[in-house]
Amino acid sequence: MRLDVDWIRAQFPLLAANPGLHYLDSAASAQVPASVIDAVQRFDTESRANVHRGVHRLAERATDAYEGARRTLARFLSAHPREIVFTGGCTAAINLVAQGYGALLLPGDEVVISELEHHSNIVPWQMLRDRRGIVLKTLPVGEDGRLDMAALERVVTKRCRLIALTHCSNVTGAVSDIGSIVDAAGTVGAKVLLDGAQRAPHGPIDLPELGVDFYAIAGHKMFGPTGIGVLWGREEALARMQPMLGGGGMIEQVRIERTTYADPPQRFEAGTPPIAGAVGLGAAAEWQEQQDWPALTQNALRLTGRMLDGLAGIEGTRIIGPTGLQGRIGIVSFALEGAHPHDVCQVLDARSVACRGGHHCTQPLHDRFGLAGSTRASLGPYSDDAAIDALIEGVAEARRIFA
Amino acid sequence: MNDRLYHDTLMEAARQATGHGRLAKPDASATVDNPLCGDRVTIDLRCEAGRIAEIAHDVRGCILCRASASVLAREAVGLDRTEAAAKRAGMEALLSDGALPATPAFEPFRPVAPYRSRHDCVLLPFRALERALGDVG
Repeated sequence: MRLDVDWIRAQFPLLAANPGLHYLDSAASAQVPASVIDAVQRFDTESRANVHRGVHRLAERATDAYEGARRTLARFLSAHPREIVFTGGCTAAINLVAQGYGALLLPGDEVVISELEHHSNIVPWQMLRDRRGIVLKTLPVGEDGRLDMAALERVVTKRCRLIALTHCSNVTGAVSDIGSIVDAAGTVGAKVLLDGAQRAPHGPIDLPELGVDFYAIAGHKMFGPTGIGVLWGREEALARMQPMLGGGGMIEQVRIERTTYADPPQRFEAGTPPIAGAVGLGAAAEWQEQQDWPALTQNALRLTGRMLDGLAGIEGTRIIGPTGLQGRIGIVSFALEGAHPHDVCQVLDARSVACRGGHHCTQPLHDRFGLAGSTRASLGPYSDDAAIDALIEGVAEARRIFA
Repeated sequence: MNDRLYHDTLMEAARQATGHGRLAKPDASATVDNPLCGDRVTIDLRCEAGRIAEIAHDVRGCILCRASASVLAREAVGLDRTEAAAKRAGMEALLSDGALPATPAFEPFRPVAPYRSRHDCVLLPFRALERALGDVG
């Protein structure tokens, strides 16, 4: 059965209201389907109250909605609800591990990241290094924009305690070879954290199969609201972690002299959590569960192939990342000789093509390729051939103007 | 839009790149980055009696940033710190309020005003100049 992209677009109110918009910036923020908007509105109009605190019926309903969202996210990730921590986003989730798990590390212990990482999976570890005296090591990136797995054995030593890598690159679109990473970690007893921000918009995730210890996702990139994310952690790993924030909701007992903490996940959810955001994220995960992912994936790869071919046909373009369709998602970043990414994006915007220009919060990766920035086109399930046509025509025009 | 924003005068200013390069022995230098895009402007100054005698710039940036640095290099010679701050304020007012520019040479940047995300591209050389002047004793 052929994928009906028009039907998918119709479910996204912003796209339905702007039929001429070619939104190719889903890697920055995906659009939101009506079911998510409705779920948030329904919560605020029918169930709004604080959670875990009141015995009145409204509070019960709010708690049910919030914990229901936790169960949905657990199902989406093939995990247990006790392992789902709601956070303010993917960045907050990674920082929670850097602080909570990082507090268990000793000077000289090693954490491995890579050149491919988003700043949110670099800076928290640098901060931990400066705080705890750990050693931060970096897995290099090859010319093809993929992790250099041949260097894994050299970088991962017996002192390695954690490997923190991206599941899918937000620039090159490359999907990391998780099996080899988990194997390398296993040989030295290190934990593995994956930044799943770019993987989570591509269908349910089988965490047991991945075999990692921590997984971080962002709500707004997977068709949910902003200001919400999830940290998944193995129960035994979360149980060892210290909380990052102290306050209401995360305690077992508070005395003036000392406080004992609640069990995970509440231990990591101090204060009133982003309840409506969690409810919206639950609805977003449900929306994904209802989609035909084999068909969506096939269509995304077809469109990615069209992008790669179209860009290759324009003189002066250079793809940052894999030029094939194996082991990748629908993110294509490129440099255009003689044209700055901001100027390229401005020309594209005039054609109602929304792309991202800049370093995409990956300055080390751009340094690796000798660039200050690049232009990025990223697909969503609502992307169609017209968007690719407009992109290619726009880049060709930018070439004419600036080269 | 493209004709309006990337019009001939602006493109020509970027191409001419007046003042492009580095000074051999600057009295002051400053480099500023635009953290959003990684663009970078370095300004070198030679000063006499508290006024700019010579200016050079090294720009890693977009057309707007390069055009701005080029125009600024033409306008900056002879200015003291207060006058340079007034130039920046004039450009900011043009971009944000559509004010008439006190400096006619800034007029080509008026079409940038509706594109808020691009204001920083134009202002980056001005910020670098101000920082460099802060180092002049």
